Amino acid sequence: MIRTQIAVIGGGPAGLRAADAAARAGAKVLLIDNSDHLGGQLIKQTHMFFGSQEQFAGTRGIDIAAKLVRDLHSRENVDVMLDATALGIYEDGVLTVEQNDKVYKVNSERIIVATGASERMLAFPNNDLPGVYGAGAVQTLMNVHGIKPGNSVLMIGAGNIGLIVSYQLLQAGVKVEAIVEASPTIGGYLVHASKIRRAGVPIYTRHTIKEALGVNAVEGAVICQLNNQWQPIEGTERTLGVDVICLAVGLSPLCDLLWQAGCEMKYIPELGGYVAIRDEESLQTSRQQIYIAGDVAGVEEASSAMVEGQIAGLSAAANLGLSTSELNNELKNARSQLSALRAGPVGEKIRAGLAAAERGATVNA
Amino acid sequence: MRIERHPILNFQKGPRVSFTFDGQEIVGYEGEPIAAALHAAGVKTLKHSAELHRPRGFFCAIGTCSSCLMIVNGVPNVRVCVEKLQAGMRVETQEGNGDIR
Repeated sequence: MIRTQIAVIGGGPAGLRAADAAARAGAKVLLIDNSDHLGGQLIKQTHMFFGSQEQFAGTRGIDIAAKLVRDLHSRENVDVMLDATALGIYEDGVLTVEQNDKVYKVNSERIIVATGASERMLAFPNNDLPGVYGAGAVQTLMNVHGIKPGNSVLMIGAGNIGLIVSYQLLQAGVKVEAIVEASPTIGGYLVHASKIRRAGVPIYTRHTIKEALGVNAVEGAVICQLNNQWQPIEGTERTLGVDVICLAVGLSPLCDLLWQAGCEMKYIPELGGYVAIRDEESLQTSRQQIYIAGDVAGVEEASSAMVEGQIAGLSAAANLGLSTSELNNELKNARSQLSALRAGPVGEKIRAGLAAAERGATVNA
Repeated sequence: MRIERHPILNFQKGPRVSFTFDGQEIVGYEGEPIAAALHAAGVKTLKHSAELHRPRGFFCAIGTCSSCLMIVNGVPNVRVCVEKLQAGMRVETQEGNGDIR
């Protein structure tokens, strides 16, 4: 049995920040990640982040990952398990972890789940053909492993991920044939959309993919226009000769572990799917031992994931009696940073989702 | 299909090693995911689905979606998007769910 005070599951932006905060509070911390590296999906983000100074605005994601990992390695009371998959959290609070074909039991007083999100699929004929990839997968292939996904790409979705990955494809020397977006407007930031348009890539709003063409792999795609009821307009079909169809149609929280652990779950579309009901101040779930942070708590940006990690780490530590007035002030400050990130019309959807996810908000008919 | 020049990134690769895909010799870099080496060599179909025997490639590239399961050194259901390439590996297209012995 491995004994620790706070186990953090997931070493992305939220998990790294949670582990760091809990360690600074003096807790013995174990950070577990199922990949061979820390940093999560930050390691493929070559673009500079927005937000404020506290969340490293103006710094590339890859450099933020390196900084967070350096911070963590400077703490003495943190152990890291890589290539390690959290399997379950049992009634008695024991966490089981698989690493190198061995199963370990972990006895941890508090557990912070920061497992992130997975990419969504889209229904269309032939969507299972090789060459239909998630936008994150394309980023991993080209930005981490240095391999082009293909020669020419149709991007589905003009949110920030669709726009940013399109730009990164151009940087890697891959042609982006077009971006289609079912909404009447571009969802992502205009600064990203402008870069794409300046490079000559068309962005078709009110358009979608009708089908992928090909037998053994993608050889083309048929796109069409949508009417105001989101229905295809007959006669507007166009065939594009692409060998990659890249889906940037959103993410869903990777919450299997929270289901298994018996946390109270709720379907909240604004947060990307099922999420655990939580106390928004501390990010504690309906199971007192378990806290959440990052995309698993509701799909947002890496910047808010980092602040959520900090909040969960400090709250879990405070819950174990590890708190000082300085840490308490840091916690208050983090909460107001988070509110600032979610302010304005851009944060409207997230604010609505979070109101529904608040513990106690479910007590209704 | 490897990126030769990139405005931001430098790709650190391990030594060049050879392995086999369905008996055919392919060269990749040690330590990169098997799926990356196959993709660089133009191989996109990694398995066939259980019911309709449809070709499948990878989808998520981070070990989450199970779309890239192959037989590696005789072991089925290996997630080749995260399994690291080693010299001399025997990689085979998986038919359906794989035969667990």
